[in-house]
Amino acid sequence: MGGGGGRDPTAEGRFIRAVPRDAERVRFTIDGRPAEAWSGDSLLAAILVTQPSLRQHEFDGGARAGFCLMGACQDCWVWSEKGERLRACTTPVAPGMAILTAPPMERFPHG
Amino acid sequence: MAEVVIVGAGPAGIRAAGVLAAQGLRPILVDEGRQAGGQGYRHPSPGLALDMDALMGTEAGKYRALHADFAELLPLIDYRPRTLVWGIEERRLHCMRDGRQMTIPFDVLVIATGAMDRVAPLPGWTLPGVFTLGGAQAVLKDQGCLIGRRVAFLGASPLLSLAALQYRKLSAQVVAVCDTSPFRDKIAALPRLAAVPRTLARGIAYLAALKSARVPLFHGVTPLAIEGDREVTALRFLDGRGRERRITCDAVALGYGLKPETQLAELAGARFAFDAHFRLWLPVTDEDGRAGEGLYLAGDGATIGGADAAEASGTLAALAVLHDLGLRPSVDERPALRRRLARLRRFQHGLARAFRWPGPALSRVPDEVTVCRCEHVTAGDIRRAMDADLGPVDVNRVKAITRCGMGRCQGRVCGPALQEIAAAHAGLEAEAVGRLRGQAPVKPIPIGLLAEEHA
Ligand SMILES: Cc1cc2nc3c(=O)[nH]c(=O)nc-3n(C[C@H](O)[C@H](O)[C@H](O)COP(=O)(O)OP(=O)(O)OC[C@H]3O[C@@H](n4cnc5c(N)ncnc54)[C@H](O)[C@@H]3O)c2cc1C
Ligand code: FES
Repeated sequence: MGGGGGRDPTAEGRFIRAVPRDAERVRFTIDGRPAEAWSGDSLLAAILVTQPSLRQHEFDGGARAGFCLMGACQDCWVWSEKGERLRACTTPVAPGMAILTAPPMERFPHG
Repeated sequence: MAEVVIVGAGPAGIRAAGVLAAQGLRPILVDEGRQAGGQGYRHPSPGLALDMDALMGTEAGKYRALHADFAELLPLIDYRPRTLVWGIEERRLHCMRDGRQMTIPFDVLVIATGAMDRVAPLPGWTLPGVFTLGGAQAVLKDQGCLIGRRVAFLGASPLLSLAALQYRKLSAQVVAVCDTSPFRDKIAALPRLAAVPRTLARGIAYLAALKSARVPLFHGVTPLAIEGDREVTALRFLDGRGRERRITCDAVALGYGLKPETQLAELAGARFAFDAHFRLWLPVTDEDGRAGEGLYLAGDGATIGGADAAEASGTLAALAVLHDLGLRPSVDERPALRRRLARLRRFQHGLARAFRWPGPALSRVPDEVTVCRCEHVTAGDIRRAMDADLGPVDVNRVKAITRCGMGRCQGRVCGPALQEIAAAHAGLEAEAVGRLRGQAPVKPIPIGLLAEEHA
């Protein structure tokens, strides 16, 4: 499947910022990789403007990027380094956040 | 004085709070969101240079009025944003705010929790790049983001063309608007749609605007698949004439109208009945929104009516509260509001006819398609479980066997599809397979919090 077309391969993010934001820059990390966003961005937007998906589904292992974008479907969970579960579409990004796109337990099976 | 609590700070909840505050009550207004306004009149997050007047078009005045009125109302009410109500027990709301547990006692409860998109599954709908139609609008208003560069709109809803126009305004390429309902359904619905000529004219204007912008617009399509390996690359469907088409895109907005958020109403004891217009289970209320002793429902959380009906029904429910508390305002606005609401709801029935939920056609969802995104249950899993199970057909039983609808979204997303797939497989009417029951917590909360609560 797949074939031609779809997302522009030169573009990194899935979401496109259509309007500028007048706010502070926020530095955070996604799976250890440094990233930048604006204060006021949701975690979901902050992540999806830089990469094509948000996380891997717990059961089917498929890539997911959220679905309802309004706090109802719970298909946008990501984790903080402490293991807190965050609903990315309704959680604002904050300076210094260290986001994991898979639950910490899966990454460190014995920790 | 009676403690009145309103859940939901959308147009319905805000108008209800306004009526109560004007009578000197100080209602508590609880909302999960960070900002008041609800879905349709969602306010951009801080610092976003979004021209809401341009985006809201003809509805800009109402959007501004609601937010201005809310700002004036703020000192007169006890507004609690970022507060999820996750359970109701004996006149107490169980809530979570910023990760902390709290309860709010009430004498009178007004539930105005709004709605979310109803979706029909199709192959590929779990791929990154597929979002709900309402979500595509929400992320635009809230975050100033587009869900993709080349966006297809698929489903059956008047919001398809509205959202497509909003996306075009912000420079997205709208590659197709694919409406699964045939054009003749729109004609058939005209008598009911004529109940609100202004909104009908608005809908026709959207279609004309799409036409003149040369956006490919299809009626009566049969969706085949969203294609892609790790992400959306194309949408494949049969057009109204049965010709197969494949349209390249990087995002699909999917929506078949709205379904009310009724979980709290259920916990509060509301009764439900299957509504033939919407093919949805809706809570039963009287014409003013009463659903039980001290229980009132308003807005899209009661029945789908749109933003105008949400404001009217919120006002009406609050007037019913005052009336029942023996606080009668000098002028009785209720009869006029009831008439207005009846007209707005007749119009919504027209919309449900014009943009019909495919319902029974979901029997054709292929076995391998995921129905429940949370628990990864396919249509085939549902059918096989029903074939093996000899008991009476009931969606709660199918849920118990397959886990469809048991996941973290509590069947919000898969519920309507499960209803149709199960009914069709059993050869029964949709309502004959029962109603998926909900339970607390209505949205996931940290496990520690439940322990804290019951310690
Ligand atoms: C995603 C989406 C996008 C939409 N976009 C448009 C649009 O662009 N134009 C249009 O005309 N209509 C739109 N609609 C239709 C919309 O339903 C109505 O316009 C209108 O917002 C309904 O008003 P309401 O007050 O009934 O509910 P809402 O406006 O939906 O408000 C309900 C409120 O209740 C809160 N809530 C729900 N559950 C809980 C809980 N358990 N605890 C605490 N708070 C809770 C929510 O946070 C929300 O703020 C949209 C609907 C959805 C779902
Ligand atoms: S995308 Fe649905 S809850 Fe976040």
